[in-house]
Amino acid sequence: MFIVKYIQEVFGAVKSLAIGMRRTLYYFTHHKEIITEQYPDNRDTLHLPERFKGEVVMPHDEKNEHRCTGCTACELACPNGTIKVVTKFDISPEGKKKKAIDKLVYHLELCTMCNLCVVACPSDAIIMAQTFEHSVYDRNLLTKILNNPDSKIMDGVE
Amino acid sequence: MWSFNHIANSIHVWLNANFNPTWTLIFEMVIAGVAVIGLFAGLGLVLVIMERKVAAWIQIRLGPNRVGPKGLLQSLADTLKLLVKEGLTPNGADKFLFNLAPFIAMIVAMLLMAPIAFAKDFQLWDLNIGVLYISAISSIMVISILMAGWASNNKYSLMGAMRSGAQIVSYELSAGLSVLAIVVLTGSMSINDIIYSQADGWWIFKGHIPVIIAFVVFIIAVTAETNRAPFDLAEAESELTAGFHTEYSGMKFALFFLAEYINVFIVCALGATLFLGGWMPFHIGNWEGFNHVMDYIPSSIWFFGKTFFMIFLIMWFRWTFPRLRIDQLLNLEWKYLLPISMFNLLLVTLIAIMKWHF
Repeated sequence: MFIVKYIQEVFGAVKSLAIGMRRTLYYFTHHKEIITEQYPDNRDTLHLPERFKGEVVMPHDEKNEHRCTGCTACELACPNGTIKVVTKFDISPEGKKKKAIDKLVYHLELCTMCNLCVVACPSDAIIMAQTFEHSVYDRNLLTKILNNPDSKIMDGVE
Repeated sequence: MWSFNHIANSIHVWLNANFNPTWTLIFEMVIAGVAVIGLFAGLGLVLVIMERKVAAWIQIRLGPNRVGPKGLLQSLADTLKLLVKEGLTPNGADKFLFNLAPFIAMIVAMLLMAPIAFAKDFQLWDLNIGVLYISAISSIMVISILMAGWASNNKYSLMGAMRSGAQIVSYELSAGLSVLAIVVLTGSMSINDIIYSQADGWWIFKGHIPVIIAFVVFIIAVTAETNRAPFDLAEAESELTAGFHTEYSGMKFALFFLAEYINVFIVCALGATLFLGGWMPFHIGNWEGFNHVMDYIPSSIWFFGKTFFMIFLIMWFRWTFPRLRIDQLLNLEWKYLLPISMFNLLLVTLIAIMKWHF
């Protein structure tokens, strides 16, 4: 019946509004949940969420080995040409040629932190770091080479 | 005993003793005007910082916390900034109307202050149609908004003003009908009579469910009338940049901004007067001891406490609900609020005739 539906609608609306207001009242009264970081003041104790995206880095282990195979998937995935993979050919002990990276050039000044390269990477070689204080006086410093000098690819990463 | 009424009386006696009645009247008017402007400035500062803090806490943020202790002087700093900014008038604008609009908004807000009872026997003008006066004058508010929108020569301003016109005209109805519920119960339109009729309990407790419904309808309608979220279509930031005050800057913008907050204060004061007993302390039937303790709290504190509770309620709405679309807004008024408040008025009339209220 029309009138029953009408009254049900009104009650449903009031109920859902009340649920929303209870949620915001909870936040209003629980100041411990405040997420604001008072950045320059708490620089030493700064807490960034895990998914914060500051810049692209390539982690190396203690033997100076990384996981990058030089497949250029990240270069293809990047929408604004931030990443440039320079490859070389290593000669393995058996005499076979093997593709490897010479340099992975990363232009921080072009990067929009969209995370597409990290998603595209098949061997999890690059990740997003949490550093964000990137300002420098010379823009050449923003062009970074992600792999350490003399680094090698890890064993077992194809 | 210290009270607003006492101060007003002693000023009146002193002026009468030293001047003739005409000068007494003029001096009293000047004092009242200065007091109202002072109240405006104070309220503007307090409400802006309150809104920003409430907004921040509801959104799990800290809010302004740099200027002054705990950021409490932030609104003062903002006012100073607005004072020294240039008040620009755009080239294509209708200069006269453009500059007149903020003052009309302010004058309307000032006129609305007249019948509000701030404390026991402390009122600028005790007229016997106080409620009607407030609903009549508050309709003039829409003229200043339309004027600002039209004179700005800007499509966003005009659209905001037109939306505001449609909105205020329709929501005036349900606000008026829910005010009528209390007028029916009291049998008087005078603000003072309405307050005195609540000496043994506020209407929201005495009037059963129909008055609670009237209260809910009233608070929704006045939120819409003062153009605040979720009904802030007139200035909808994401759609119309700033609606009718897009082209305003500096002090002229500040006047609009102030008028908005003063209007919020006035409608909340009206709501507190009608439903929560104005300056009347909280009394329960015949609990003599309890009532006596409540009487010790000054009436001005009761009034401002209730008003700020209502203001908090409206701010709470603003930071909880998303903005409505214009057709949803008009649907809500014409299909839901108006029929409900009309039916509710019939119920209240029945209660008043049968004397079912306490």
